Amino acid sequence: MAECHPVGFQWVTEAKQRGARVIHVDPRFTRTSAVADRHIPLRAGSDIVLLGALINYVLTHGLWFKEYVRAYTNAATIISEDYQDPEDLNGLFSGYNPEDGSYDKSSWSYQAAGNKKKVGEPGAESEGDAAEPHEFGAGGPPLSHSNVIRDESLQDPRCVFQLLKRHYERYTPEMVERTCGISADDFAYLAESVTQNSGRERTTAFTYAVGWTQHAQGAQFIRTAAILQLLLGNMGRPGGGIIALRGHATIQGSTDIPTLFNLLPGYLPMPEAGQHDTLDEYLDTIRSKKQKGFWTNADAYTVSLLKAWWGDAAKKDNNFAYDYLPKLTGAHGTYQTVERMLRDELDGYFLIGQNPAVGSANGKMQRMGMSRLKWLVVRDFSLIESATWWKDGPEIESGELRSEDIETEVFFMPAANHTEKAGSFTQTQRLVQWRHQAVTPPDDAQSELHFFHELGKRIRERLADSQDWRDRPLLDLTWDYPTDEHGEPEAEAVLAEINGFHVTGPDKGEPLSTFNDMRSDGSTAGGCWIYTGIYAERVNQAARRKPGQEQDETAAEWAWAWPANRRLLYNRASADPQGRPWSERKKYVWWDAEQQRWTGKDVPDFPVDRAPDARPDPDAGGPEALAGDDPFIMQADGKGWLFAPHGMVDGPMPTHYEPPESPIDNPLYGQQSNPSRIRFPREDNLLAPSALQPGSEIYPHVFTTYRLTEHHTAGGMSRFLPYLAELQPEMFCEVSPEFAEEIGLEAYGWATIISPRSAIEARVFVTERMTSLTIAGRRVHQVGLPYHWGVGSEAVVEGDAANDLLGLSLDPNVHIQGSKAAQCAVRPGRRPRGPDLLRLVEDLRHQAGLTVETGNARLTVPWNASEGQPKGKKS
Amino acid sequence: MEWPVFRQLRSRDSSGRGAAVTSKKTRETTPRTDAADTVVQSICPYCAVGCGQKIYAKDNRVIHIEGDPDSPISRGRLCPKGAASEQLVNSVGRQTKVLYRAPRARDWEALSLDRAIDMIADRLLEARKKHWEDTDQHGKPVRRTMGFASLGGATIDNEENYLIKKLFSAAGAVQIENQARI
Repeated sequence: MAECHPVGFQWVTEAKQRGARVIHVDPRFTRTSAVADRHIPLRAGSDIVLLGALINYVLTHGLWFKEYVRAYTNAATIISEDYQDPEDLNGLFSGYNPEDGSYDKSSWSYQAAGNKKKVGEPGAESEGDAAEPHEFGAGGPPLSHSNVIRDESLQDPRCVFQLLKRHYERYTPEMVERTCGISADDFAYLAESVTQNSGRERTTAFTYAVGWTQHAQGAQFIRTAAILQLLLGNMGRPGGGIIALRGHATIQGSTDIPTLFNLLPGYLPMPEAGQHDTLDEYLDTIRSKKQKGFWTNADAYTVSLLKAWWGDAAKKDNNFAYDYLPKLTGAHGTYQTVERMLRDELDGYFLIGQNPAVGSANGKMQRMGMSRLKWLVVRDFSLIESATWWKDGPEIESGELRSEDIETEVFFMPAANHTEKAGSFTQTQRLVQWRHQAVTPPDDAQSELHFFHELGKRIRERLADSQDWRDRPLLDLTWDYPTDEHGEPEAEAVLAEINGFHVTGPDKGEPLSTFNDMRSDGSTAGGCWIYTGIYAERVNQAARRKPGQEQDETAAEWAWAWPANRRLLYNRASADPQGRPWSERKKYVWWDAEQQRWTGKDVPDFPVDRAPDARPDPDAGGPEALAGDDPFIMQADGKGWLFAPHGMVDGPMPTHYEPPESPIDNPLYGQQSNPSRIRFPREDNLLAPSALQPGSEIYPHVFTTYRLTEHHTAGGMSRFLPYLAELQPEMFCEVSPEFAEEIGLEAYGWATIISPRSAIEARVFVTERMTSLTIAGRRVHQVGLPYHWGVGSEAVVEGDAANDLLGLSLDPNVHIQGSKAAQCAVRPGRRPRGPDLLRLVEDLRHQAGLTVETGNARLTVPWNASEGQPKGKKS
Repeated sequence: MEWPVFRQLRSRDSSGRGAAVTSKKTRETTPRTDAADTVVQSICPYCAVGCGQKIYAKDNRVIHIEGDPDSPISRGRLCPKGAASEQLVNSVGRQTKVLYRAPRARDWEALSLDRAIDMIADRLLEARKKHWEDTDQHGKPVRRTMGFASLGGATIDNEENYLIKKLFSAAGAVQIENQARI
């Protein structure tokens, strides 16, 4: 955190000065480790073993926060009799389909009360089973209703609490030592620190970044932390939580108001062909009116979005122009799009402030893909590598591409920067902050607002006379934004549309104040329901700037946080079931019995007049069905999910699998890697054999990638700046003294790092910051690689790109690639130039006997087809 | 009488470490922010911590960027990247003119902004039409184009992401992605 989010780290320092204990778990020693109470290095990719062992420690030592867990989580809920655990099935859950790696999740369901079907079972009134994982919106997966069976004693062997206990019973300190390389002493220190600093009086927080997400099961890493934090009562409370430290100024905003294939604004899913062919089908699939919480009003949010986009053309009798939305057929993510480029199926590509030639995994696939485009538009500040690969990229040097053969037209369009336009960024804690314009952009530079508004105008002009129904969505689009004298659209007018407004009635044209104002009858419009309120009363709330020193620690009058300016989500959980603060010290939001309202230091994240003892009919559906002790108001049953009956495609509880390329056998199960991971078995994406498979000795070392304080991601905003280039001028690798000695690496000399995809060179930094670990009885050396450099000729500093070494394997829930743990060979000296480089990579592939099948087997346990489950159990 | 000892006595700078030893040059040096004709509150464009910045400009040119002490997040601090962000505006490596690379060309050529947008609009419509799909393989309506894709959004503004998603969805494009996927 001190390394990549240094200014945010000042609050960790403040906490430490007041007595907080800071523990840094990371394969490398960083600027965070330097000031932490203890640095605990672990083997990259082994995190679920560590977190699972903490869960096991909490459960076996009786250290869970009993009142919190009983009242606020689904610990007591009974799961279907058909559920089988990886403990029974050698690493798989029940319902696995070896044909496509998917799970039938019906056996993971809640057992329903009475004679109802299982909650969420296919065929029940509403279900998400048929949906792809990317189809779940903000509310997560729907349940058909919330009438579940609970065993408040937590003794029933099928209740979540007992299933959890059993699932993690083999995640022991000994397993941590063997798998993660963490000593028993370090584990005890960590476990004692976390549990001693949780409870009524104290809270523990976890912060993470892409070190947790970029794995073939990254979403499950976060889930493991969520289970632990729920057990310790650290969710929805000040000083608690799991805090994502995101890496770009508005990466949160571009997820909320998404330029992502699977989402519409406000986490409404993009419609999928065959499941969402009509508006009614769409709405019935994304939510059930009988589940609890605010997600049941998704119809009002959807119709308001359609009204914002298509105005008067969105009418009740045409289902508010729902048919105008394009439909998905499976995943259309960035890596699938690159595959389409390589098959000559994509003509044009816009790059908007992103540099995939350096920043995306398997850089060669990215650049070779772009060389097959008809046209490419790059909008950026400088001539980044994604704009110049056709003249100075690595494939030009190696001879794989020649400029005069490349047909791609490239347009470089200079972009305005953050000082040259007004607009908002959403930072990592959902705080939306407005920027005022300081100057106008120079020469041809334009904001995206200006460019895309203008592009839209010209497209619509060209189609103005069209009678083709396919062009109606463009022609009916609301696209009249007020502009200034330079033609720049007013960003605040766009913000007002995002906020939403009344379309009819006495308040026609006035902004909506909250998303509760939204209606499904077409009387309101609004571009992103979770942002509603940001322009309440015609005031740009994101531009509020009451100085922090004049406010309390919540600083509620600085900018605006979605939703409803709420700074801490699920904050009902900061009070006990009766609505009293858990302790004076951790007082945050509580029930005021006199006023019959929730009150406190933040906007309560709960129906404000719902008494703690309220017990509405769970079948009522919607916010009305929330009981007074259901703090997780966006979950279909109002509870925190220790066990996820829906929503995760690769298991209801996180289970440790080895990364697709790993130095060891999975010590817990016969199943080696995540059996649901998304694979790319291709000649240009070969994988190293894992563990003790033949050929694994060719790529014996682990490498991991990371960032440095002085650079930003793929370098587009840092390697082109003289100050920052001078501070970190050269690509390097970090290796332990033991490893350097073993293979003869010379400090400040060169090393060549070779993976099945490519080979790069880096300066050698011999340092105890990297730790060689003993894993399953053998020494495992880890190589640390910053990924900021790239090959080109325009940046102040250039160097080989670490991401060129990475292969593609994606997390099946979120389609994010594993970048943090892979296998390599390391040799002293510089890499060969030109075609010799390709020969070196090919030589190693040949020695290892790689084929497209290597490392790509889904199942590594014998399958019993007649029983539809794996054979045997790992002893 | 500009002897140091007199200055020291006169200005009561008994230790001789303050006003008494200030040179003329130092006295005449002023913060470069004094020259600004405008200052606006802004936000750092790098990571997602969201530190406050103050942007100082003179004659429509950014002359200085520093941390905003009013921000309850950053309290006036910036990291090396935020502190270097003035160079994002004024660095010599910045490319402020449109460039065009023709098929098979070995180098860039100049192109007017207006012409470039026209050419992009034409190409977008052509790709859209060529790869248009009315239905999927099961005959279900998809009403989309697979002819072009877009990548990036985490470094630009919320309002800009909104317009991109709106325009491209209306055009039928679904392959819209950004840094949140990596």
